[in-house]
Order: sequence, then structure tokens, then C-alpha cells
Amino acid sequence: MEPFIHQVLAGLATGGIYASVALALVMIYQATHLVNFAQGELAMFSTYIAWSLINAGMPYWGAFFLTVGLSFVLGVVIERVVIRPVENSPVLAVVVVFIALLVILNSVTGWIYTFTIKTFPSPFPGQPLFGNKYMSSHEIGAIGVTLVVLLLLYVFFRFTPLGLAMRAAAQNPESSRLVGIRVGWMLALGWGLAAAIGSVAGMMVAPIVFLDPNMMGGVLLYAFAAALVGGIDNPAGAVFGGFLVGVLENVLGAFVIGNELKLAVALVLIIGVLTVRPSGLFGKVHVTRV
Amino acid sequence: MSRRSLAGFAILLLLACALPFMVSEYRSFQFTLVLVYAIALLGLNILTGYNGQISLGHGAFYAIGAYCAAILMDKYGVPYWATIPVAGAVCLAAGFLFGLPALRLEGLYLALATFALGVSLPQLLKYHHLEEWTGGVQGITIQKPDAPAFFAEFGLALDQDQWLYLFTLAVAVVMFVLGWNLLRGRIGRAMVAIRDNHVAAEAMGVNNALIKSLAFGVSAMYTGIAGALGAIAVQFVAPDSFNFFLSITLLVGIVIGGLASIPGALYGALFIQFVPNIADEISKAAPWAIFGLFLIGFVYLMPAGVAGAVRMAVARLGRKRQNT
Repeated sequence: MEPFIHQVLAGLATGGIYASVALALVMIYQATHLVNFAQGELAMFSTYIAWSLINAGMPYWGAFFLTVGLSFVLGVVIERVVIRPVENSPVLAVVVVFIALLVILNSVTGWIYTFTIKTFPSPFPGQPLFGNKYMSSHEIGAIGVTLVVLLLLYVFFRFTPLGLAMRAAAQNPESSRLVGIRVGWMLALGWGLAAAIGSVAGMMVAPIVFLDPNMMGGVLLYAFAAALVGGIDNPAGAVFGGFLVGVLENVLGAFVIGNELKLAVALVLIIGVLTVRPSGLFGKVHVTRV
Repeated sequence: MSRRSLAGFAILLLLACALPFMVSEYRSFQFTLVLVYAIALLGLNILTGYNGQISLGHGAFYAIGAYCAAILMDKYGVPYWATIPVAGAVCLAAGFLFGLPALRLEGLYLALATFALGVSLPQLLKYHHLEEWTGGVQGITIQKPDAPAFFAEFGLALDQDQWLYLFTLAVAVVMFVLGWNLLRGRIGRAMVAIRDNHVAAEAMGVNNALIKSLAFGVSAMYTGIAGALGAIAVQFVAPDSFNFFLSITLLVGIVIGGLASIPGALYGALFIQFVPNIADEISKAAPWAIFGLFLIGFVYLMPAGVAGAVRMAVARLGRKRQNT
């Protein structure tokens, strides 16, 4: 029983990180109905910014919040400069631009920081909290941070005028424009938020997987699976999906299929959900009139 | 086809045959890879360019083809030329099967599913229960084939690279002629009809499900054959040479070369083979930065790719000649 509990708890910890990235994906999907393939690399790039700041002598939390702010700006700039021109193009053009962003971020990071693996500090104490023997403090901390992000987002979208405007812009752009919402900027804000959430995820995952330009490849795949399982238009569903995928991945990896096939779990989940129940567990079922 | 363009193709083919005798061994090897990529790109173009189904995981079919060839040659002693049709058949089946669930996916979601396939494939190849065949992380090393003896009897001593180039050229010509025939016929038109408006296509009596999964299968077959040829040329297969970036390379190739264009496959292949070599001299990371910039630049400025630009230039020249 003990190893099982251990795997479930470890799964929850990694699941928290998948949940954050999934949340970022949902953010962009809700705003633009696009799936951002560059989300992982964006988070990776943000984490490198944090690494530079910390190495320059900044205290951890100072660097943390500055990175979140910088990532927000980066997200907005990318939307305005790169995504805006292809907004109404065919899907293929959009996917190609996302992939281009992915490789550019990846190679530019490799260019600046080299491809050698770096360690990244954790803000949480080294010894386990409350003397428990199952989870490190970093894992508990990462889950806590994910939940705080989710809560903040909920409050933002539910109780602020800006959040309401963003939801309106996503749901019905034409009518929103008529009541005076600047829809274009709402989309850019959505990108900024997604980049900021992604940067949090990156900084939480980096102490576990170490910092290198390819660190988010697997994470992004699990995050896709998480977002799809939870329903790609439902933020809370995406977080639930993240935890679920994290636990599934760890438990199946440890007891059933072995660590070598962990990514196949994500592949099977993605294809399975897309073909059997494309709206996920909690997503809205969309019906289109032909 | 007009007599003029037929003569043009004949001259081009002669030049292509003469190429390995004019350049160094290493260059012949590089041009072999260009032909390999061209076949793979034609495959991806059939699916993405002509049929409108986005695939970000075609590296997976390339890998399956490559492993087919390597396993057959290494474990079962099958001659290299016989592995090509087997690799094609296996990939045809694999592509057709993957195309069945893909029928329910459109645009972005298909991109997502194939993305997952491309990312997770290297791990599947390392799976230890398959190690007996795949050689695990180590991969498989294979022998480069010698030129058949009868060439030497005719006084034409070919070295291995020259022979492999000519062999690949022959396969490529066959595949391109087949592809050209497929795409201009009934099935090709059905594919394009589905891409442009699948509801209208269905109403015209096109069997969407069949044509779409067939397109997936044929596309995978082309890419698999390219994979087998590539494995023989490189003499080595290993899981990490078929990572996600291979799939992206193929995507770069069709976007730069030109979507829904047969010559575009060749332009794209030249691009993905030679541009990284040039860019490598700047920095190890530079090729991908350049690929990325080219991708964005082409989507914005030249959505029809190099093939589109060539078409436009030819049309303009033709008009000028008529005017004078």
C-alpha cells in the first residue's frame, strides 16, 4: 500500500504542474479557440528569465513576480505582433505559426543559455513539511501554488469588470464590440495571462526536471491530455484533468506499463478523449448546424 | 502534358542521373537525402496540402519505415531493395489505421493528436519489450549496399554512394509519377474537394471517410518508403533520430516548398537538407531559429511557397513573351 500512496501523492505533485500548463492552454483556447502549441516553450523561456534574475542576485520571490510580469508582457507582445496577422487565416497557417514560435523560442533559448542542463532553486524548505514521509515540501508547495493560481483566476473572471469583458469577448465577439469592449485587446490579455500562468508552471517544474530548453516537451503533452480530459473550455476541469493525468501517469508508470511508456499514456488519453468524448468530462458539448 | 515540358523533364532526369559523377561522394550522399526527403514531403503534401488534414507527427511514419528496413536487413537478412515495398505496405496499413480515429478529428484537433504521436514515438521505440527487434536506445547499424556486379561488367564502376543515389533516384521517379497520376485523377480531385468543402464533396457523392483514411494511408506509405531509403542511406536507426523535430522538419519542408504542389516537395527537400548545413556555421541553435523565421515569413508573405513563386515567375515570363 505504501508505495501506492507514494505514487499517488507524487502524481498529484506533477499533476499540479500539468494543471497549470493546461490552465494556460484553456486560457488561450477560451479567448481565441486555438490550441497553443508553443505554450510549453513559452513557459520554458520564462523560467530561463527567472534563472537569469536569480543568478543576478535577486531574491527568489522578487524574481518570481518580476518573471510573471515579464511573461505577461511577452505574451501580449507575441499576440499583437505574431498571432494577430493570421487570426482569420486557415487553421493550417495558425498551426504553422505556433510551431514556428515553438522552434524559435527553443533555439533562441539554446543559443543564449546553451543546451547544458541547469539546476533551478525551489522556494520551499529542503526538509519535508510536518515530518511527513510521502511528499517533499516542493511538491506540496507546487500543488498549493497551482490552487492559488486557480483561485485568483476564478476571482478575476467572476468578480472583476475586466474579467467579465474578457469572457464576453470570447463568447460573442460581435456583440461585445457593440457594447464597447475592445475585443482585440481582450485576446491579447488572454495571451498575456496564459504566458504568466505558464511561467508559474515553468518555475514550479524546473526544480524537479531541471532547466534545459527541451524540458517542457513532455509536460506540454500531458497538459494537452489534461486540458482535453477536463474539457478544453473549462478551467476547473483542466485543473482536475491535470491532477488526474498526473496520478494516472505515475501509477500506471510505476505499476502497470513501466516508466518507459509514460508518454504513451498521454497519447492514448489524447486520442481516446478526442475520438470518444471530444468535449471532455466537464466541457460544453458543441453542436454545429450544417 | 505538352511535348515541351516532357522534354524538360527528360533533360532534368538526365542531369539528375549525371549528378553523382560530377560531385564528391559526400555530396552524392547529401543529394540522396534530398531525394529521400522529397518522397517524404510528397507524402505529407498528399495529406496536408491536397487533403487538408494537418499532421504534426509524420516523423512517426518515417521512423516506422526506417525501422522496418533496418529490422528486416539486420535480423532477417532481407536484401535492401526488398525492404522498400515492405516498409511501404506496413506504413500504408499503419497510416490507414491511424486515419480511422483521425476521421472524427478536424483541423486543430487532428494536429493535436498527431502532435502527441510525434512526441511520444521515440519513447515507444525505446520500449524494452521491443528491444529484441529495435535494439533499444542503441538502435541498429546496417550495411551500406554495394552496386550490383553487372554495372562493373559494363565498365561502369559505381561506388556505394553513387549507386545508392541512383537507386533512390529510381524509386523517387516511380513514386513521383505514381503520385502525379493519383493526384490528377478521380481520387486526387476527391481529396481536394474534401479539403475545400467537405459537405459539398459528400453531396457530390465523394465517400469522405474512405478518401480521408486512404489519403492518410497513402501519405504514410510515401513517408515510410522515404524512411526506409533514409535508413539505408544513413546506415543507422535510433529512437532519438526520430524525435519530434523530424516531424517539424517535414512540416517546414512542405510549407517552404509549397502546399499542394508536386515540384514543391523537391524545393522543400533541397531547403531542409542544405539550409541547416549553412546555418550550422553560425551556431548549433541557428538552424531552428532560421527554420522558424522562414516558416513565419512564408505564412505571411508567400503562402504558396517556393512552388507558388516559381509558378508566378513562369506565368509572368510567358505573358511577356506573348506581348512582344
